Formats: sequence, structure tokens, C-alpha cells
Amino acid sequence: MSQHTAENREPLVHLSKRPTIHPVKSALIRLAAIVLGLAVCGLVAFLLIEKIRENPGKIWDFYNAFIKGAFSTPRKFWKFLRSTAILLGIALALTPAFRMRFWNTGAEGQTLVGVLGAIAVSFYLGDKVPEGVLLMLMLLAAMLSGAVWGVIPALCKAKWNTNETLFTLMMNYVATFLVSYFLVIWVPNGSSSLPKMKYGKLPAIGGNDYLLPILVVLFLTIALYIYVNYSKHGYEINVVGESVRTAQYVGINVRKVIIRTMILSGMLCGLVGYLIAAGMDQTVTTNSVGGQGFTAIMVSWLGKFNPLFMILTSGLIQVLNQGAAQISQDFNVSGALPAVITGIILFFIIGCEFFINYELHFRGRHGRAQAKKEGVK
Amino acid sequence: MNIWLNFLIDSLAFGATFMYGSTGEILTEKAGHLNLGIPGIMCMGGAGGCLMLNLIGKSGLPPFLIVLLGILASLLMSGLMGLIYSFMTVTLRANQNVTGLALTTFGVGLMKVIMSKMDATVYLVGPKMFYRWPFAGRQDALQCLGVLFFLAIIVAVASSYILFKTKVGLHLRAVGENPATADAVGINVNRYKYVATCVGSAIAGLGGFYYIIDYMASQEAYLSLEAFGWLSIALVIFALWRPHMTIIGSTVFGFLFSCSSYITNIDWIHVTMAMKPILKMLPYVVTILVLIISSVRNKRENQPPSSLGLSYFREDR
Repeated sequence: MSQHTAENREPLVHLSKRPTIHPVKSALIRLAAIVLGLAVCGLVAFLLIEKIRENPGKIWDFYNAFIKGAFSTPRKFWKFLRSTAILLGIALALTPAFRMRFWNTGAEGQTLVGVLGAIAVSFYLGDKVPEGVLLMLMLLAAMLSGAVWGVIPALCKAKWNTNETLFTLMMNYVATFLVSYFLVIWVPNGSSSLPKMKYGKLPAIGGNDYLLPILVVLFLTIALYIYVNYSKHGYEINVVGESVRTAQYVGINVRKVIIRTMILSGMLCGLVGYLIAAGMDQTVTTNSVGGQGFTAIMVSWLGKFNPLFMILTSGLIQVLNQGAAQISQDFNVSGALPAVITGIILFFIIGCEFFINYELHFRGRHGRAQAKKEGVK
Repeated sequence: MNIWLNFLIDSLAFGATFMYGSTGEILTEKAGHLNLGIPGIMCMGGAGGCLMLNLIGKSGLPPFLIVLLGILASLLMSGLMGLIYSFMTVTLRANQNVTGLALTTFGVGLMKVIMSKMDATVYLVGPKMFYRWPFAGRQDALQCLGVLFFLAIIVAVASSYILFKTKVGLHLRAVGENPATADAVGINVNRYKYVATCVGSAIAGLGGFYYIIDYMASQEAYLSLEAFGWLSIALVIFALWRPHMTIIGSTVFGFLFSCSSYITNIDWIHVTMAMKPILKMLPYVVTILVLIISSVRNKRENQPPSSLGLSYFREDR
């Protein structure tokens, strides 16, 4: 706004795009943003949590809880690793589509139908086929349903240029009600919560329930890193993302790339759904994915669509989530607090990208003082 | 016959929630900003109004003032949320989808924290009657219409008038279609984007307030609000980016959403429990169909604003 306050003089702040930025500098800017965000969280905690208002010294317990939430016991740590893996998995699934500038906001639904597909197989075939075959069938069903959910918007985008952001967003809700439809059919007594399946549970590696999903997602991260950076498909995705016209000019079949990439994206979402169904929950609810499909969009974007950076961003978000959950437990406040804290930190991380991408040139010394004042506001 | 009339009025009353939400979102989208923060904004609008009513609900102020102050507080709170969004996306040029989603995460969470601390008997019981003016106390279906319902219709029609019949609206649409051209003819692009987003958010916030205090008027209402924020975004497509069309669209949506509870009362239509989720899915399926059909027909006036979702930086060309 400030560049418009003085229209007939030289503007107070002049913006220019940074051609490059030193990695240390950009890392410092991001770190500063997180610290600032945490400070604001403290302020909000002071306003919302009575115990801290009465005894401000407790604010240190507040910050301590972030570390305690994810790292204080081995179980919490494994839980942290696994939830990071699931979130990262969905973000990875979105990444090829995002690199193509196909704004897939439907990961929530694509993952949910994956869970639903896997559980449906387990529900109908659970006692009829051997466990190993069942697990394979569940995987196939999950990936197929995810792919179908992803490819429907892609087909319309490729054929009629239908707005994919809004289309995929709507598909989430269709998926949610599809799940509640099946729950009504499967659970006759009307409680509409499906008891845990007896069959179709992924084996625990060395007695550790958490390890398998983590390993699968780790493998996926590396595979996807290679796919988007070093394969012909990845190259085509990037060209389509940069400019559809260029892609057409060099002879890339844009429609084919859009459809192929969305099949992949949906399929990977389905795979994560399978991990949730067979590796964790053994059941399906309308809340099986619990909004992680939306959080994954932010993870992927904050990680600059780079699978390796996304490990960091998904880890950060899960530290915040588990820390804030610890806080609501310790201070006995509403379970919605994690969302508030994650939201605040996200604002700061999203906002700080501006200072990484653009350089601010202030007008003289007077301007600098004024700008500082505005910055405080 | 009576049951159908009740049904219609109930659909209208329910629809006012989306009417606010999607009118606000249309104004924002016409400035080129796809605000996925609408669910969070609507939640915070509701929380803001309830906070004010919690303060003055039992103070014995004249009803007129209580109604007015509640509305103002709601507008202020959701307007502030809009200010956060526009600061991030206009000034800091952040990605709109990501910012919107973060805003929703934040808004829904904060609303739940705030609302769980408040006493429903203060913000709900007395004030609800005042908001139902002039039909409060009636026994028939009309009793669920009130000040906020009529305001929703006025706001929707006024927004359409401003967008399509005034110079300001023309400029706003130009900003959403092609900000560079708008900038070149001397329109202050950033100012239009800021104002449209903040006003749009403020309007959307009223929808949340209406839902909690008037339509549902229950202590648990706030828990189900988020889903209707998303439905409001769907309604924008259904209404083809015309605010006055949201009046029809929201009635249809309200009809589809509440028909599952009405139809089970009619004995000549046999509805099983399993049909309910399918009926509730219909608004979204219909929205998808509208989206596809309008893209197939490809008429220019039915398309989303061309620069929807893109940040504008003057020196980027």
C-alpha cells in the first residue's frame, strides 16, 4: 500500500525482484519469520489461555510444550514421524500437478476415496481371500479410486478448460458424502461408525507399527524427486507449467500431459489413503483424512514444490500440531488451539516469501524511519 | 400445501447464510482474488458478532441498538480477516490459494476457541428475538425470517447493481479481468483489490453471524458452520459470478440441503436412510455440472474473471 501514499512524489518504497538470493540469507529470513510467528502465538496464548494470563511465567511452559509434544517420549516421536510421513505423502502426490500449474485442491477427496476403496475391499472380501492377496487388492482399489477422482477434473480441464481449482474443491465434498453413504449402508444400526476391520492390516516391521508408512513415504520422496527433476515426464510437466504455448510449439501433447499427471497425482493420494486405511485406522470415517489434504497444499507450496524441502515443511507443521495439542492438554483449553497456532505461523511463513522474492529500496533516510514505523504496525 | 410453504421459507432462510457468503466471495473474485479463506472469515464474523452480544446481551440497551452493534461487530471482525488476506495477497503478493487455506485454518480454529468460552444464554436467548423482527413470536413458518434475512437480499441486489450498473463496478471488473490494462488507464488496482476484498469479507462474515444467531440459534451451531463456507464458494460458480443470482442459487442449495429432513415426513415418497447423504451431495454435484456446462458453452460473460488467482506486480511484464 505504501507505494501509493505519495503519488506525486518519489514513492516511499520501491520494489524490485531479486534476481538471486544467498541461501543463508533466505534461510535467515524464514527463521526470523518463524520466530516472529511464535512471538505472536505467545501473545495470542496470553489472551486466550486464562492460566497464562494469571501467571505470565507460565509462558515458558507454553513454548516448552512445542518440544514436549513431538519429542518427549519415543511414542510421541514415532507418532510425529508417522504423521509427518502421511502429510508429506499427500503433499508429494500434489507436487507433479502443482508443477504443471494445475491447482489441485482436491487432495482431501482423492485421499479419502483411497481410504474408502481400501476399506470397501476389506469389508467385502476380508474373510474370503488370504491376507496377502487382500492387501494387494486393497492397494489396487485405493490407487484406482484416487486416480478416478483425480482424472475427472483433468479430463474436463484438458477438453474444455474447466476451472480445476473449483472443480477439485467440489470433488472433496462429493467424496465426503460418498463415505457417509457407504457408512449408512455398512453400519445398519444407524450409529454410522464402522468398527475396525479384522482383515487387511499392514504388518508391523520389527514390532513397530509406525515404520512401514514412514519407509513407503521416504521411498516415494526420492522417487518423486527423480521423477520431477530428471525424467522426460518431469520435463514435460515443467514446460506445460511454464507456458502451455511453448509446450504446444515444441510438440508436447498438453492434454495428454495434464491427464497423465493427474492420474499419477490422484493415484499417489490413493496410495496415502491406503496407508491410512491399512496401516493406521483400519476403518473409514468422513474425517479419515482430517483436513490434511488442505494442509498438504500449503506444505507443497512452502516447500517450493521440491520434494526434499517438503520434508522440512511437513515436519514443521506436524511439530506445531503436536505441540499445540500438548498445549491444549496441559492448559486445558479448546482442542481447536492447534489450528490457531498453525494458522498464525503459516501467515508469517507465507508472508516472508515476499522479502525473499523482492527487494525493498527505501527513499532516503527520512523514508527509512517512516518505513520502520510502518513495519512495526 | 402447508408443508411445502414451510419448506420453501425454510430453504430461503437457510439460503441466506450462503447468500452472504457467496455475495462476499463474488465481490472478491471480481477483483481477481480467489479467497478460499471464506469459511474462516464467516466463522470469525459469527464469533465477532457473538462476542459483542455477549457483552451487551443482558445490558438492557434498546433492541435496535443491540441488533445494530452485533452486526457492526461482525462486520468489523470479518473485515479484519479480509484485511489480513488482502495484505498478504495484494501487498505481499503471496499465493492466494495458500493464504486462503491458512486463513480458514486460523479462522475456524479461533472461532471454536472463542465460542467454546462463551455462555449461549447471553448471546443467544434475548438477542435472537430482536433479530427476528418483525416476525418474532409468530407461530407459522414466517417466524424464522428476520432483519438479517432481508438484509441478505438487499445486499445481494445492491452488490449486483454496483458491479454491473456503476462506474465503480466497471472498474472493479476491469481489475479482475486484466489488472495491467486497468492500471494503464489509471485505475488504482491495489486500492480496488483491497476494498473489494475487505468489503466482500465483511459481507461474508454476516453469513456466519446469521447462521449462529438466527437460523440455527443453538449453542452447537458454530460447529457446523465451516462446511457452509465451502458451500458458499460453490454457490459463486452456480450463480455465474452474479450476486443477484445467489438469491435463487442459495434457495436451491438450501432446498437441496434441507430436503433430506423434509422428504422423510412425506409418506408417498419413500426415502431410506442411505438416500440422505446422496441428497446432501446434490448441491456439490449440481455445482460441478454448472461449472462443466459453462466451460463447454464457453460464453464470455459466464466465465470466471480472467486473472482470478493471479497476483499483480506492475513491473512484472
